[in-house]
Amino acid sequence: MISLLQQTAPVVVEQTETVTITESADAAGHAADAAHAAAAAHGAESAAGMPQLDISTFGNQIFWLLVTLAVLYWVLSRIALPRIGGVLSDRQGAITGDLMAAEEFKQKAKEAEAAYDKALADARAEANKIVAANKAEIQKELDKAIAKADAEIAARTAESEKRIGEIRTSAVEDARSVARDVTEELVRTFGGTSDQALVNEAVDQRLKGALQ
Amino acid sequence: MAAAEEEVGGLVFHPMDQFIVKPLFGDGPISWYTPTNAMLWMALSALAVIALLVFGTRGRAIVPSRSQSIAELTYGMVRKMVEDITGKEGLKYFPYVMTLFCFILFANALALLPMSFSPTSQIAVTAVLAFMVFFFVTILGFVKNGSHFLGLFWVSSAPAAMRPVLAIIELISYFVRPVSHSIRLAGNIMAGHAVMKVFAAFAAVVALAPVSILAIVGVYALEVLVVTIQAYVFTILTCVYLKDALHPGH
Repeated sequence: MISLLQQTAPVVVEQTETVTITESADAAGHAADAAHAAAAAHGAESAAGMPQLDISTFGNQIFWLLVTLAVLYWVLSRIALPRIGGVLSDRQGAITGDLMAAEEFKQKAKEAEAAYDKALADARAEANKIVAANKAEIQKELDKAIAKADAEIAARTAESEKRIGEIRTSAVEDARSVARDVTEELVRTFGGTSDQALVNEAVDQRLKGALQ
Repeated sequence: MAAAEEEVGGLVFHPMDQFIVKPLFGDGPISWYTPTNAMLWMALSALAVIALLVFGTRGRAIVPSRSQSIAELTYGMVRKMVEDITGKEGLKYFPYVMTLFCFILFANALALLPMSFSPTSQIAVTAVLAFMVFFFVTILGFVKNGSHFLGLFWVSSAPAAMRPVLAIIELISYFVRPVSHSIRLAGNIMAGHAVMKVFAAFAAVVALAPVSILAIVGVYALEVLVVTIQAYVFTILTCVYLKDALHPGH
């Protein structure tokens, strides 16, 4: 751009013949200024050199720049930045709050889990206790029933033995009386005198060894 | 007006016409209060900033809308920049830095619209911006640190014999700051726009038109980048100067 400026500046000076050229930007600015004036006079707009160096527009630009910056600074520092800062800190607060709530819920869940485990263990213990109690009761009843059955069996056995004994004694008696009768009859048949008492004694004597 | 135009092989180049400050109404002389195209585009930039940062955030939503997201990203970026470079005490000047960044970014960006005017290509505008920073920072430095602020120029970590020499160099570099600060911005924007205009003039030749149009697309893409980078650079340098004022000494 500087080379362009240096190329055009002398031409401008030739045309306008108002300033002498020096190396300083100030002079170049004047040259551009003059060229601008010339352009305005011709009713056409065209840049000579760098329009940025046209000092006649500086006041205008600086004034409006300061106005713009002042307005912008006021709006940003009073409205925009506090608002955005507030939103950001609100969000930070919300996130922190949510994290804390999550931590709390986690703790609650842990507590609930512990309570559940405890309830489960309690129920299990209770069930074991009930099972044990039932078992003991059943055992007791079972023992009672067994004892009762044993007693009954013993009683029946005794009765049976008694009856067997009775049967046996009656059988012995029957055998004895049959033996006496048969012996008496035999004695009579062979023509002997039947002495009842003698026969009985002889039969008893013989049976003593057999029916015991 | 043959003097102001350069005619090369029948082509008419007016690469600098876009930088002329014109009155909006009529073409009388320009006095300080005349509404000009410079005023119009500065005002549009300010309105665009306000539209984004004020109307874009009017929902104040916890879950942000798109415009609110952009506003928050801009806010967060500039605020982080100020805090990272100048420290906590620099946050007091965050609205000022934010104003500069937003104004320059939007003035640069709106200048990329066809037929627009680019206020940031004007040395008068960038010089005012840069000198405002320069004077603000210098005064702030003396107010905050008194004569200790001069320690900025006295490099105590250097060998004693070198210090006066370094002091002169530091002093010169300090006073060159506003110049480089302003010319960097204006120069970048002006160069990009002028190059686009030159390529646009070539588009009148049928044989060159495709190349010219491709070149304009390329330069335009580059300018989109430059627009953002220059706003960023201007802002980050402002922060660096602010840091020097708040914490002089190396």
